[in-house]
Amino acid sequence: MSSNPDKVVFQGVSKSFNTKGEDLLVLEDVNLKIAEGEFVCLLGPSGCGKSTLLNIAGGFEAPTTGTVSVDGEPVVDPDPRRVFVFQEYGIFPWASVWDNIVLGIRHLSRERQHEIAQGVIDLVGLSGFERAYPMELSGGMKQRVEVARALAVSPDVIYMDEPFGALDSLTRLTMRSELIRIWEDRHPTILFVTHDVDEAIQLAERVVVFSARPGRIEEIIDVDLPHPRDLGAPEYGQVKNRLYERLGVSHRI
Amino acid sequence: MTAAWIALALAVIAAPLSWLRLSSRAQEWVLPIALAVALVAQWDLACRFTGSVIFPTPHQTWLASLELIESQRLWGDVVASLFRVTGGFFLAAGVGIPLGLVIGWSTRTFRAMNPIIQGLRPISPIAWIPISILWFGIGDGAGIFLIFLSSFFPITVGTTAAVRNISLVYQRSARNFGVRGLALFRCVVLPAALPQIITSLRIALGVAWLVIVAAEMVGMDSGLGYLINDARNAGSRYDLVVATMILIGLIGIVLDFLIRRLERFDEVRWGYVQR
Ligand SMILES: Nc1ncnc2c1ncn2[C@@H]1O[C@H](COP(=O)(O)OP(=O)(O)OP(=O)(O)O)[C@@H](O)[C@H]1O
Ligand SMILES: [Mg+2]
Repeated sequence: MSSNPDKVVFQGVSKSFNTKGEDLLVLEDVNLKIAEGEFVCLLGPSGCGKSTLLNIAGGFEAPTTGTVSVDGEPVVDPDPRRVFVFQEYGIFPWASVWDNIVLGIRHLSRERQHEIAQGVIDLVGLSGFERAYPMELSGGMKQRVEVARALAVSPDVIYMDEPFGALDSLTRLTMRSELIRIWEDRHPTILFVTHDVDEAIQLAERVVVFSARPGRIEEIIDVDLPHPRDLGAPEYGQVKNRLYERLGVSHRI
Repeated sequence: MTAAWIALALAVIAAPLSWLRLSSRAQEWVLPIALAVALVAQWDLACRFTGSVIFPTPHQTWLASLELIESQRLWGDVVASLFRVTGGFFLAAGVGIPLGLVIGWSTRTFRAMNPIIQGLRPISPIAWIPISILWFGIGDGAGIFLIFLSSFFPITVGTTAAVRNISLVYQRSARNFGVRGLALFRCVVLPAALPQIITSLRIALGVAWLVIVAAEMVGMDSGLGYLINDARNAGSRYDLVVATMILIGLIGIVLDFLIRRLERFDEVRWGYVQR
């Protein structure tokens, strides 16, 4: 738990979708406070409403009841201070890596754009690919562009919706440690959605476990392990067992 | 009988080809050329067998082509057809693309205009010939108007669909990074729709080339369509008719080749790579 002031606050958030005349309750009474600079993972089974919750926080969808506020102000619209890294690739395939990254800083002077873009490109390790187009990049590199584009606007909050879900397991490990490096460097508040228990424990300071649909907060588990985290450490195994238990599955197969 | 000859011709070509291990690039040239040669041979045989005196043999058609190339009027007709097609096509693109972008983006405009467009679209451009002659007289004006009509609908409808299909993730990315107004059109809507717009341009140009020949046959006094009609009326010169038809086909290939070059740009290549 961080002692910083609250950054993102969910109060009584519920969401139902009306499809074919039927109401489908997806999220039920979600209450959650996330402190400034905190790294929180939202963990839950597929279809429990994790993406929906993140979309509501990002201002892309309105909750059916309840509110989300950032810095005490209710979220009504997307805002460049809080950026989204999408579950499916959100970078523009028609623009070069460079043009994708300067998307959010178009209004700055050329020199500032250059400085910032070069900075984030180096940070995510894409130097030399500035002029490449997304289709010429591997999946992991596309995801780095996506992260770089988000970092370029120096957001206070980053919402990440299973950003590494489509990557192979080795690339995923690398991306995780780089994300931690970036987070330790700049300390944005990060809400990271995943359904991968290992990923949640490797990254988060707190893991919020959701029930199956309708998604409710089942439990919030602190992960008090310093980075870099040793996957083999016994504490790690304990947290892991607890999470699996909470998710209602046995991982001893 | 004919089927037997085709089969024979194909077998004769296919046999050596299956022995030769050609690179796929060579195949792209060798296979169609071999097939074309077989078809011409087949055509020649058919003429001999039936003993037709009106339908030209490949050789007569070749001579007719040379005659056309030597005569001064061919280029005038080619230029007339191409002028009408390009004029009408560019006008249609100039109006249809912006209109399609607006209709695709604004639901209100879509609701207002889509029924009318869908109602006008099925009317064959050929049906407009009398009206176009009434309005523009016999000449380039009527031709350009007809080509405008025949290109306008595929371009507008294609552009509208392209915009309506823009992935939600791109729209959300744009909103998230505060892209709105004109910048939204320039940086997101237009580029996201561009591959499909280019496809609709390609379809429209193909239709335009079909329509111009028909229009010139019915209501104009120059152009390749008129040339065909004229060759038949002036002494049943079917050799000229067929030679002109082949020329029309060849120009069609060139037009399609030219417009397909648009698909190669880095900004749109992404739209065609999946497949
Ligand atoms: N726009 C929508 N209209 C109707 N139903 C929706 C809509 N968006 C999501 N849903 C439904 O809400 C539920 C939760 O969806 P959501 O995408 O939030 O799940 P998720 O937890 O992110 O799952 P995953 O881990 O598979 O990505 C699903 O059952 C889905 O069918
Ligand atoms: Mg999801």
